[in-house]
Amino acid sequence: MTLPPEFQDWFARQGWQPHPHQLDLLAAQGDTLLIAPTGGGKTLAGFLPSLVDLKDGHKGLHTLYVSPLKALTADIARNLARPVAELNLPVRVEDRTGDTRSSQRARQRVDPPQILLTTPESLALMLSYEQAPQIFGSLRRVVLDELHALAENKRGDQLMLCLARLRTLAPGVTVTGLSATVEDPRALADFMGGAAIIHADPGPEPDIAMLATARPAPWSGGGGHYAVPEVLAEIRQARTTIIFINTRAQAELFFQALWAANDDNLPIGLHHGSLAREARQRVEAAMAAGELRAVVATGSLDLGIDWGAVDLVIQVGAPKNVKRLVQRIGRANHRYNAPSRARIVPANRFEVVECIAALEAVHEHDLDGDPRGPGPLDVLCQHILLTACAGPFDADALLAEVRTAGPYRGLTRAQFDDCLDFAATGGYALRAYDRWQRLMQRGGLWRLRDPRAARDLRMNVGTIVEAEMLKVRFRRGGGLLGEVEEGFAATLVPGDTFLIGGQTVRYDALREMVVEVTKQPTRQPRIALYSGMKLATSTQLSHRVQALIGDPARHWVLPPDTADWLDLQARISALPQPGVLLSESFPFQGKWHLALYGFAGRNALQTLGLLMTKTMEDAGLGPLGFIATDYALLIWSLDPVADPAPLLDRDALRAGLGDWLAGNAVMKRTFKNVAVISGLIQRNMPGQRKSGKQATFSSDILYDTLRRYDPDHLLLRITADEARRGLVDFDRIEEMLDFSPHHDHRMTGRVTPLAAPLLLEYGRVPITGAGRERMAEAEAQALMAEAGLA
Amino acid sequence: MTYAFDFAGHAFEARPSGALYWPERRWLIVADLHLGKSERMARRGGSLLPPYEVLATLDRLEAEITATDPAAVVSLGDGFDDDAAALALPDALCDRLRDMAWGRRWIWVSGNHDPSPLCPRLPGETVGEMDEGLILRHEAGQGPDVSGHFHPCVRLAGDRRRCFLVGRDHLILPAFGAYTGGLAIDSPVLTALVPQGLAIACGARALPVPVGAAPRRGHRA
Repeated sequence: MTLPPEFQDWFARQGWQPHPHQLDLLAAQGDTLLIAPTGGGKTLAGFLPSLVDLKDGHKGLHTLYVSPLKALTADIARNLARPVAELNLPVRVEDRTGDTRSSQRARQRVDPPQILLTTPESLALMLSYEQAPQIFGSLRRVVLDELHALAENKRGDQLMLCLARLRTLAPGVTVTGLSATVEDPRALADFMGGAAIIHADPGPEPDIAMLATARPAPWSGGGGHYAVPEVLAEIRQARTTIIFINTRAQAELFFQALWAANDDNLPIGLHHGSLAREARQRVEAAMAAGELRAVVATGSLDLGIDWGAVDLVIQVGAPKNVKRLVQRIGRANHRYNAPSRARIVPANRFEVVECIAALEAVHEHDLDGDPRGPGPLDVLCQHILLTACAGPFDADALLAEVRTAGPYRGLTRAQFDDCLDFAATGGYALRAYDRWQRLMQRGGLWRLRDPRAARDLRMNVGTIVEAEMLKVRFRRGGGLLGEVEEGFAATLVPGDTFLIGGQTVRYDALREMVVEVTKQPTRQPRIALYSGMKLATSTQLSHRVQALIGDPARHWVLPPDTADWLDLQARISALPQPGVLLSESFPFQGKWHLALYGFAGRNALQTLGLLMTKTMEDAGLGPLGFIATDYALLIWSLDPVADPAPLLDRDALRAGLGDWLAGNAVMKRTFKNVAVISGLIQRNMPGQRKSGKQATFSSDILYDTLRRYDPDHLLLRITADEARRGLVDFDRIEEMLDFSPHHDHRMTGRVTPLAAPLLLEYGRVPITGAGRERMAEAEAQALMAEAGLA
Repeated sequence: MTYAFDFAGHAFEARPSGALYWPERRWLIVADLHLGKSERMARRGGSLLPPYEVLATLDRLEAEITATDPAAVVSLGDGFDDDAAALALPDALCDRLRDMAWGRRWIWVSGNHDPSPLCPRLPGETVGEMDEGLILRHEAGQGPDVSGHFHPCVRLAGDRRRCFLVGRDHLILPAFGAYTGGLAIDSPVLTALVPQGLAIACGARALPVPVGAAPRRGHRA
């Protein structure tokens, strides 16, 4: 395919020149993966073949565009409207997401547009309808946007299964993947089932540096508020700025801090996933219209929304991952040949080191990334059930189709049969009951036993399992403010204050699962704890950080205050060095603390925490809890650890991992996700939560029951597998032990400079053991005494 | 470890499992076994939950019977998730229930989930409620009474635990069944029934905490 004259004219009228990679993509035969920096006209490149193809008209759906974000589909719809109108193409462009009205959805099922913009979840839902063959039969092209982001999690695995379905429904469909810069393009092409790779010109080197501030980064905390004056100065100088912050709570606080100092009343907005949809849409629209000078955002804005005017990105807090930092920098300056401008603001002194190490990596083009394993089976279980919703299927044909999906190409017959058995009967070892049947085989085809079950299964579509969220509303009239996690709401008592939507509110009551609040502008808020991204710092970046910390000769690259802090640590205790595993024991607030500087990432150190506390429990040290950060593990206990070496014995740790399935919080959380995705339990059953809590029970009970009575059940195997790969990350513990063969343990008598920030971290994991029981007894006794009853 | 307390002039023991022991009568009282819950859900086309909750519940109940050797076992309503679940109970588990009932009274108090007489394969007698100087019934009514139904739960040291709720007029038992959720003791329906008294948390040992008598949250800055 080449660019037709009317398209050439259109480009010329815009004053544009088609990029070489746009023409390459147009000329390509078959499936392709385009790797281009943000701003490289990537999305237009993806649609160009469709628009050219569509100029003579097409009956039914022609192109399906899938993006990870709803906001992105709205953006693309806006951007496509112009060429479609100006070229007078006989094309209807519509989007179809969770926000699309049901009347529109119903119409799309009968009369699909030529170009449909959607998300993986909505696609999975559409494929579960009986009309799927009619809707998708006419499909010619599929465009997968931000594929690098989708490929990082189960949403991508589900999308690839859906893609396999589409290839069956529309033989000969051409697939185009669009991706930002990644470390291994070949792996991403394999993920989408094989594709030719086209590289766009990477563009000029980015202009990226630390933001110079008058005040040094604080000892601890994640807010970055010390840098507010300098950030405001940058906003003033730039046209439009995006300020990325890692968590929603931090975004709220930083937003408030900016406004408190915003004497010029610069229009600054806030965007994160806990805000009400209307609030987010208002910000997106204002941003697109150029009405905002800055937006404070979390990952909800992370992907390639076309913010034409953005010319500066400020990253507040450690980037965790060099690749992600590079992709975020790409947000700035969408003009192809101008360098991106970005400034980094470390939130505390630990992050200063990480930010500097990350900058070094960016300049050396040293991207990081860990390959993902084969496609997870809970996603396949859901896919099988949704396939049954669309109509009867043949098991052999479905297996063959599933194997065309990149992540599932190595799927064995036995694995598939396990998943089918689970979908059909629950897959339990106990076969006494014939009522455990969701799917049944008739005439050689599998189908739903009760077609009404399709409704529940469709409600459960998707692989994102969020914590239960509660809506937040003003008590006396007024709109929805946003949502908070149920666990956070449970900690509130009337009178508590927290931040949401940039304002401080007071908690009044919980009524019918809605948190009712009153505006409280003058009070200092209690920090909102709704969790944000908990990404582990990559192995490569962790090694860079440790090398920098451990080498005083290189500390001159650090700000003086950070260098002083490390110098103090060296004098009070020691600096962690490559090759040495440093740990410290000290008393604090009546409990003993063990700090271990493993630099192995949050997940691996969390696992290490679970294994070590179990050994400590057996040794009678009364461990009470721990916290894992990317660099260190902090365990607190009733009695001190004098020598951590036995706790770090590799064989003992491996043996402990064998007992891993013993009930612990991380495994139960993992199991819950697996149980929801696979369809064992439903999320958000309508009316169920309102009708009184004694009706529902926690997935922990199912986990415990399965472990006891059916330990080889498929979902337990998936849970164990998942935990080994993602949350457990035992490989990285082994890597840590290999990398640091020597131990250095210090009894310091007091909190050390490096350990201090750990005491303020959130995400503590409680240990349910003798220590906890001792505490519970003490608390019960204290309450009885206070009530005059003991 | 059990917790001994008085209610309406009688001495009782709250057992860590959630069973109530009445030493004077040598009765073991349990509430809301909800046997057959997974069967009911599967039958109704819902989730295919692990079909082991009857086994799990009976294992725990048997341990309590072994430990206390009671003269009578009282199921305080919602023994089964519904009538059909009782009918669908496999023979092996019916035999097991009969073995557990051997040599003692077995009383099924009717609950809202199991209002009709039980199927003949099961041991014991079915009653609406019992007047034993205080009333034993499924759902709290005119006190003093011993009841179940609400599945009370209490938050203690960051954990949510099933609990007994003991007030002046009502003694409310936790749910004993494996697949049962809980209702927080500070929910309006429970504070109306027991505005003041004790919650006895289940777990490794039965732990009493006051209800409505003192601020539950300690001092706040």
